[in-house]
Amino acid sequence: MASMRDIKRRKSSVQSTQQITKAMKLVSTVKLQRAKGRAEKSKTYFNCMYDTVVSMLSKAGDINHPYLKPSVSARKAVIVITANRGLAGGYNSNIVKLVRDNDWNKEDLIIYPVGSKGRDAFARMGYELGEDYSAAIEEPIYADAMKISNQVLEDFATGRVGEIYVVYTGFKNTVTHTPTLLKLLPVKIEDKRSEEDKAVLDFEPETEDAVDLIIPKYITSLIYGAMIESVASENGARMQAMDSATSNADEMIGKLSLLYNRARQSSITQELTEIIAGAEAIS
Amino acid sequence: MAEKFKLTIVTPDREFFNEDADMVEFNTTEGEIGVYAGHAPLTVIVKPGILTVTQGDTIKNAALHAGFVQILPQEVTILAEIIEWPSEIDEERAAAARQRAEERLAEHGSNVDIARAQAALMRSIARINAAKLK
Repeated sequence: MASMRDIKRRKSSVQSTQQITKAMKLVSTVKLQRAKGRAEKSKTYFNCMYDTVVSMLSKAGDINHPYLKPSVSARKAVIVITANRGLAGGYNSNIVKLVRDNDWNKEDLIIYPVGSKGRDAFARMGYELGEDYSAAIEEPIYADAMKISNQVLEDFATGRVGEIYVVYTGFKNTVTHTPTLLKLLPVKIEDKRSEEDKAVLDFEPETEDAVDLIIPKYITSLIYGAMIESVASENGARMQAMDSATSNADEMIGKLSLLYNRARQSSITQELTEIIAGAEAIS
Repeated sequence: MAEKFKLTIVTPDREFFNEDADMVEFNTTEGEIGVYAGHAPLTVIVKPGILTVTQGDTIKNAALHAGFVQILPQEVTILAEIIEWPSEIDEERAAAARQRAEERLAEHGSNVDIARAQAALMRSIARINAAKLK
C-alpha cells in the first residue's frame, strides 16, 4: 500500500485540478449565456435574409448566374470553424472527423481554417490550407464574416474553387451540438412555399443584378451565423466537459480519502501493536 | 394624417429599429427613394447614404452603409449590414477615412483597389453627413 504521504499528495493535486475545472466551468457557463443571446439576436436578420433569397431564387429560377449553377472546377473550399482552445470534449475533433470522413479527395480541398485547433489538425494531416482566420473566432463580429466571404467568393469568381462549404457545430441547446456540413455555393434552396406566396417581390435593379448583390450578403450571413453558433456550442461543450471533469475529481478524491484513512488506521494499529509488544517484552 | 407602416431595421447583431413610421428615405443603387405606406412590393439594394425616418413631427437620421430593403405595402424591412445612429459615429475617424480614401483614389496606382476605395469614400461621406445631423 502506498504511504500516507503519497496518498495525501495525490489527493491535494486532484483537489487543485478540480478547482481549475470548476472555475473553467463557471467561465464557460457565463460565456455560453452571452453567446446564446447573440445567436438569438441574429436570428431575425437571418430569417429575413433567408425569405428574401428564397423568393428571389424562385422568381429567378431560369436565370443563368454563376452563383447558381455547378462550376467546372472540382476543387472545394471548406471553411472549418473550430475553437482556438481545447478542453472542450470532442468539440474540435468531431469537426475534424466530419471533414476527414467525408468522401472527398484530400487533394480537392482547400481548408480555410477559423480556429487554430482545426488549422493545426489539418496542417498535420497534410491538407492544403487557405487563409487563416483563427483570430475571428474569439469574438465573432460581422466584419470578420464579411472578410471570409469576400475571400471565398473571390476564389469562386476566379475559378480557383468550384464549390464552397462551411463546417461548423450547430447549437440546438446547451447539451446538444451537432457538427454540420453546409453547402454555400452554388446556392441550392428548397422552396417549400406555395405559388401565390412567390409573386410578392419585385426587384430593382433587375433580378440578375440583385442575385449578384444579395447572394454575397446571404453567404456572409450564413458564415456569421455559423460562427456564432459554433461559439455557443464550444462553450456548451466545454461546460459539459468541465462538469464531468469536476465530478470525476470528486469521485477520485472520495476514493483517495478512503485509502488515506485506511492507511492512517493501519499505521495506528501497527504502532499500538508494537508498543504493546514492547511493553510485554519488558514486563 | 397619412397612413403609417411598420418599419423594421435589423442588423446581424441587434434589432436596430422597430416602430411605426410615416415615411422612410434612403439611398439605393438606383438612386434615392422615399417610401410611404402602400408602396408596391419591391426589393432594393442599399448604397451608402443617410437614412431618414419621419414619424409625425419627429425626424430620425442614421448612416446606412450596406444591405438591402424589402418593401411591402404595410411593412418595410431593412436588412442592414452596417448602420449607425449619428451619436454612434466618431467624426474624426470618419474624416480620416475620407481623406485616406481620397488619397488612394488620387494615386491611381495599379495596386489600388479603386472599387474598394470608392466604397470607403462613400461610407465616410455618409458618416460625416449623418454626424452633422445630430
